[in-house]
Amino acid sequence: MKFVDEFREPELINKAADEIRRLADPSRHYRLMEVCGGHTHAIYRFGLKDILPENIELIHGPGCPVCVLPMGRIDDGLSMAQDPNVIFTAFGDMMRVPGMNGSPLEHKARGMDVRIVYSPTDAIKLAQANPDRHVMFFSIGFETTAPSTALTLKRAKSLGLSNFSIFCNHVTIIPAIRAILDSPDMRLDGFIGPGHVSTVIGCRPYEWIAANEKKPIVVSGFEPLDILQSIVMLLRQLKNGESRVENQYKRVVPWEGNRAALAAMAEVFQLRPFFEWRGLGFISQSALRIRDTYAEWDAEQRFNVPGLRVTDPKAAQCGEVLKGVLKPAQCKLFGNECTPEHPIGALMVSSEGSCAAYFNYEHRKTAMLTNISASA
Amino acid sequence: MATAVTSKIRFHEPQIEMAHGAGGKASRRLIEGLFVPLLCESSSGILGDAAHIQMDGVLVGITTDSFVVKPLSFPGGSIGELAINGTVNDLAVSGVKAEAIVVTFVLEAGLPTEILEAEVRAMAKAAKDAGVIIAGGDTKVVEHGKADGMYISTAGIGRTIPGVNINPASVRPGDKVLLSGPVGDHGITILLARGDLDFEADLTSDTRSVLPLVEALVAAAGPGVRWMRDPTRGGMATSLNELARDCRLGVALYEDDVPVRETVRGACELLGLDPFHIANEGQFLAVVAPEHAEAGLAALRAAPGGDNACLIGEIREQPAGSVLALTRYGASRIVDMLVGDPLPRIC
Repeated sequence: MKFVDEFREPELINKAADEIRRLADPSRHYRLMEVCGGHTHAIYRFGLKDILPENIELIHGPGCPVCVLPMGRIDDGLSMAQDPNVIFTAFGDMMRVPGMNGSPLEHKARGMDVRIVYSPTDAIKLAQANPDRHVMFFSIGFETTAPSTALTLKRAKSLGLSNFSIFCNHVTIIPAIRAILDSPDMRLDGFIGPGHVSTVIGCRPYEWIAANEKKPIVVSGFEPLDILQSIVMLLRQLKNGESRVENQYKRVVPWEGNRAALAAMAEVFQLRPFFEWRGLGFISQSALRIRDTYAEWDAEQRFNVPGLRVTDPKAAQCGEVLKGVLKPAQCKLFGNECTPEHPIGALMVSSEGSCAAYFNYEHRKTAMLTNISASA
Repeated sequence: MATAVTSKIRFHEPQIEMAHGAGGKASRRLIEGLFVPLLCESSSGILGDAAHIQMDGVLVGITTDSFVVKPLSFPGGSIGELAINGTVNDLAVSGVKAEAIVVTFVLEAGLPTEILEAEVRAMAKAAKDAGVIIAGGDTKVVEHGKADGMYISTAGIGRTIPGVNINPASVRPGDKVLLSGPVGDHGITILLARGDLDFEADLTSDTRSVLPLVEALVAAAGPGVRWMRDPTRGGMATSLNELARDCRLGVALYEDDVPVRETVRGACELLGLDPFHIANEGQFLAVVAPEHAEAGLAALRAAPGGDNACLIGEIREQPAGSVLALTRYGASRIVDMLVGDPLPRIC
């Protein structure tokens, strides 16, 4: 498979791992945060921790949109779909995220019309095919998916589609990184920067991290070789005492971003004054709402949104895990009450959630290795 | 007495979800937590694809299966022939040669006769090809709007193939894992045939009878064949996890040696699916004693339709009860059973 196999080539991976071992100062402990949940997933999926030296610690960041969404927003979305005339649509990774009274999938089993779509334009097609029903799309994601929502809104407007709306839950990445850096218990040496978000926003928005916070950041692809190469680039900067923004993912990410996508977003969205993030609390200017010129397609303006605020179960430590303060397995519920099958927090649901990735690919392996070394 | 049985029920979920039919963890919880305690109290605890019963000194294999695939026909197959091959395969991987099948049709009022006739013809052909007779059946019709055209349910019976004893308890560390061909074709074909995704690929379902391949393997590796399974719903990952659990050993998978077609890999990359979790309808996995593995693999490859058979892994002491995929660059990951149901109604 082109653009995939080259970046999973064992020989090149071993070379990059050798280079990392050469560059890493054995007397130093490196804390590197991968901001994006896609990276977290890839790190576990490809077993990269097995081939990294022990003094390189990867901290999982907040870049999993499903994970950072507070539970109340899911309940808000589902409350609008209580009306039997409404068809609730969302991406597949939303379906098993628990709300106060169950996930969208559990509501579906009880009779709610809940459907998975692979693209918001599929929701438009569904609305056209069901003119007597109202189709609501639960939109979620960072700047990666926001442009497709923007284009969908523009399309709904140009079609004059009256039985379609979007419940907008888009958030933006930069304020989240800022919040992480403001967190007093967080000591980081550098960032593996988000790849997909950067295809839209480009590399410039990260320059303040490098300049003001003196942390190197390397925008990275998602294959094993991409991630290892980004770590090499970070280690080189750290060795030379530099802090710059570098682009490892040049084959996809333009330095200036995607102007057409940014323009579509600017036309359709405006910043909310503040928005609540799971684990990070309220962050100002960190989320998008639909502009009044598109109010007709804004579910929040069309429906009565209860604006629910639901606190996470007390014992769940999703917030600490999201901020990178705790490792998934350090949460009291991990693997006991909270598993991918019976998730209590969203981090155990999304494939980009660090708890799900850790549970699926690493957990028993680590337990086994611990047992072996304990018995040896 | 009734209280004693009730107390063994371990399934306490309030309602049935699609995942309970997906063949993965939820299915297993339902079967082991509700059906087995109430219906099969004396069960060995190991749940195979077919049951073995003694009848007048003859060891007979019996199985039942049902088919709710949507759409009814898809590139490479349709519900009718899937029903026959699925039943033949469940028996074959239990070391049983299917001899007779009975069939129940649940039909939706309004189903065009033309569609029904095509499916019945497809069944007749599949039965002839597999060397099995259709010995009887039943027909029910439900209201328009129910049953999505038709559901088919089958039961199959046959005699044990001489010289083969399938039992996960006989699996030992060092045994080899063989796979008959590429995985994921059926599930991805169905996904594309539903037309929900705006992409097309040149791919057909792998649905077929695996009996000739099973017979070839048994003829070459005889008593060395310790376990077989056709990885349908939940895919190869789920079957191997069931094996690991039943034999209390670990399965080490050489990830890069598992054959997966480019189109299937591509679709899985795009959709975030793992090909090891995708359903198959014409492949099987076998655990073979190391001294018989080479001969078994050669026999599979020499049999018609077995040219892509591969050695994909081995049994190890650790990680006991789990499946570990090993990469060529020295890393590893746990491969779990399917959780949830990304592709409902696949067969």
